[in-house]
Amino acid sequence: MSQTAASVHFPNRMDKLIHQFIDTIRAATEDRRRLRIRGGGSKAFYGNPATGEDFDVTGYHGIIDYEPTELVITARAGTPLTEIESTMRAKGQMLGFEPPHFGGGATLGGCIAAGLSGPRRAYTGAARDFVLGLRLLDGRGTDLRFGGQVMKNVAGYDVSRLVTGSLGTLGVILEVSLKALPLPQAELTLACEQQRGEAITLMNAWAGQPLPLSATCHVEKRLYLRLSGAESAVKAAAKKIGGEPVPNAAEFWNGVRDHRDLFFSGDGPVWRLSVASTAAEIDLPGHQMLEWGGALRWLKSDADADSVRKAARKAGGHATLFRRGNRTTGAFHPLPEVLMRIHRNVKQAMDPVGILNPGRMYPNL
Amino acid sequence: MPIDFERQRAVCSALRAFMPEHNVLFDREDVTPYECDGLSAYRQVPMVVALPENEAQVCEILETCHAMRVPVVARGAGTGLSGGALPLGNGVLLSLAKLKNILAIDTQARIARVQPGVRNLAISEAAAPHGLYYAPDPSSQIACSIGGNVAENSGGVHCLKYGLTVHNILKLRVATIEGEIVELGGGGLDAAGYDLMALMTGSEGLLGVVTEITVKLLPRPECAQVVLAAFDDVGAAGQAVANVIAAGIIPAGMEMMDQAATLAVEPFVNAGYPTDAAGILLCESDGTREEVADEIARIEKIMRDSGAHLVRVSQDEAERLKFWAGRKAAFPAVGRLSPDYYCMDGTIPRRRLAEVLRGIAAMEKNYNLRCANVFHAGDGNLHPLILYDANDPGQLQRAELFGAEILKLCIDVGGTITGEHGVGIEKIDSMCVQFGAAELETFHALKRAFDEHELLNPGKAVPTLHRCAEFGRMHVHSGKEKFPELPRF
Repeated sequence: MSQTAASVHFPNRMDKLIHQFIDTIRAATEDRRRLRIRGGGSKAFYGNPATGEDFDVTGYHGIIDYEPTELVITARAGTPLTEIESTMRAKGQMLGFEPPHFGGGATLGGCIAAGLSGPRRAYTGAARDFVLGLRLLDGRGTDLRFGGQVMKNVAGYDVSRLVTGSLGTLGVILEVSLKALPLPQAELTLACEQQRGEAITLMNAWAGQPLPLSATCHVEKRLYLRLSGAESAVKAAAKKIGGEPVPNAAEFWNGVRDHRDLFFSGDGPVWRLSVASTAAEIDLPGHQMLEWGGALRWLKSDADADSVRKAARKAGGHATLFRRGNRTTGAFHPLPEVLMRIHRNVKQAMDPVGILNPGRMYPNL
Repeated sequence: MPIDFERQRAVCSALRAFMPEHNVLFDREDVTPYECDGLSAYRQVPMVVALPENEAQVCEILETCHAMRVPVVARGAGTGLSGGALPLGNGVLLSLAKLKNILAIDTQARIARVQPGVRNLAISEAAAPHGLYYAPDPSSQIACSIGGNVAENSGGVHCLKYGLTVHNILKLRVATIEGEIVELGGGGLDAAGYDLMALMTGSEGLLGVVTEITVKLLPRPECAQVVLAAFDDVGAAGQAVANVIAAGIIPAGMEMMDQAATLAVEPFVNAGYPTDAAGILLCESDGTREEVADEIARIEKIMRDSGAHLVRVSQDEAERLKFWAGRKAAFPAVGRLSPDYYCMDGTIPRRRLAEVLRGIAAMEKNYNLRCANVFHAGDGNLHPLILYDANDPGQLQRAELFGAEILKLCIDVGGTITGEHGVGIEKIDSMCVQFGAAELETFHALKRAFDEHELLNPGKAVPTLHRCAEFGRMHVHSGKEKFPELPRF
């Protein structure tokens, strides 16, 4: 069992920190003061602006348990994503959802609270698919543990997956256990010139065949495809599909993942449309990037929020105002009334006074 | 619980206002077939059985029951092993059996839109002509319904590589207890707001009634091959599993059987298992031809290096199926050895396997009962099968205590009381051992977020704190299987 210096040398310090967190939450509950939970701050741009006092949880960090043969890693919320990824890489493993970092300071807690996934998402799964269990403090400061460190666990409601992507509105994540995946033996990225409509058809057709796909992207009239797996399988698939090998492919995919790609530059709003993979091209002015086999469409456009949301709904999904733009109608797609009522009830169950990141996801949530 | 006939009449006439008479049952002989699910040790005749034919009727039934404050237990095919669909004597048993249409298969998008009563295997059968299939394959897949799979978050032999139900669905239409429809998930890979689809999956019918499911379909792998390896020591077999994972391989299936299990199986199926081995492993690889050839060669070498005294690779599809036939027949084969058996469903960190099997062996002596172990070794899900004779009341009680002690051991080594069968009514007291009061209270609060008056499947899955206080110590009830014809693995 490997442990980091933090947990070996300072277990008491970490326990003390949890007591401090609990005191902070309890005091805030009593005074009805709002808390704005903060990790590395790399995703501060995401969602609606939260109000309240900054509640920094980065001090609670370090890998607690990592047993590669169990395919499970457990770490504290403040652990930098880079530390987790490099520790896993040293053992030939990775986080299967290829989480975006969006800057240097990204932490595990922020990663799970945001619930965002990278290029591999359509082929290996989302952040929530890899969450096996977590420990969190709810809005009363109660220390809770859900799920566990095993692959299969159906005891009790799946609170760990509920909390994933809830933007800190349901609790302060303390520790997370994630399923690990082996690094692929071989990886190859191919590219070819392709119109957008044709790219959508191709990406869906490929996904219907037994090919070792691990990422797809269409941008600036070029279609990129990443193959990952056994060397022989990658070679055979490459022969079947064709296209030119892309040099420095890791750089390209990290650019897509972290929005360092040129596509994301500029001053205009960036929308994220999560839609049916086979949905036709989004008929709005501006620039588009496709990912996830067609199921994710990035849109750089000055189109008004209503038009974008209507287009996303028509394509079977929802739209998020991801970067910049006017947030007066909120960053996230409005929910139907019944669903919103359930959301408020769930929030009430976990954070009755409403002190944790209120408004970050939806007003009054 | 005795039936309150006046209440029964009132509920029936309220339901018959919008449903045909023959779909609202209350005669003893009509409702008795619904008195239990796959856990037949628990039986209760429901007050009323409602058989809606469409989503609108499901909503009306729920709205009616909500207004009348009648509890509702939803039921799919009734194959569950934890008593999740055990009816209530003062409640309506809501059978989704008539909602059994595959509404659409979109081969381009690789999805199927189905009603909850559709059988798991029927989806793969319908998708097969397009080279697609639905991945989760619980052992009861020829009979179990997809709605029940969602309620239980069912797994299967291939879930280490392909995931559980929650990983293979995109969208749910769910009727709330008020009779309103909400859509969870969506046409894309995620949805706005909280991930309520994930919360709904595995919630055992306590949060809502699923009326429609959109599942993902995967391309059928080009080929599959399986390695059979035999070990003199189960610890070595466990280490071999760890070595496969450490080599960066995620097998499509990785199953272990101990000697007690192979001895039961071999005369029954002639699968070709070496019965002198302390334990055997079946390790399957699937994918493209190139991938499988590579992976099988590596697995074979790892098995030998890990001390397997016999390693065989399936040479053709017939042999692959033969190797699997033994594993799939393990439950009925064990059933031939003993009048009754009690199947446990704990999950453990794999590295603790040898220790847990040693613990179980010691318990066999203490309780003077035999136990055969089959193990989804890849994901740590252990199914000890405790053999007993229900006609001897002393044995039944010993089997119960034996099972409870196994579950406690699973929790002690960092595992869980149920990997795939669900809590239902069967393991409700063991929930008191696995979770603290604060977590249980959170579960109850979440239930009330969906179901204020606690009318949906009350009394299942999550024990009240009062029940835990009264329970005081581990006690797990015995379950005898219905559906002996279904394979169970």
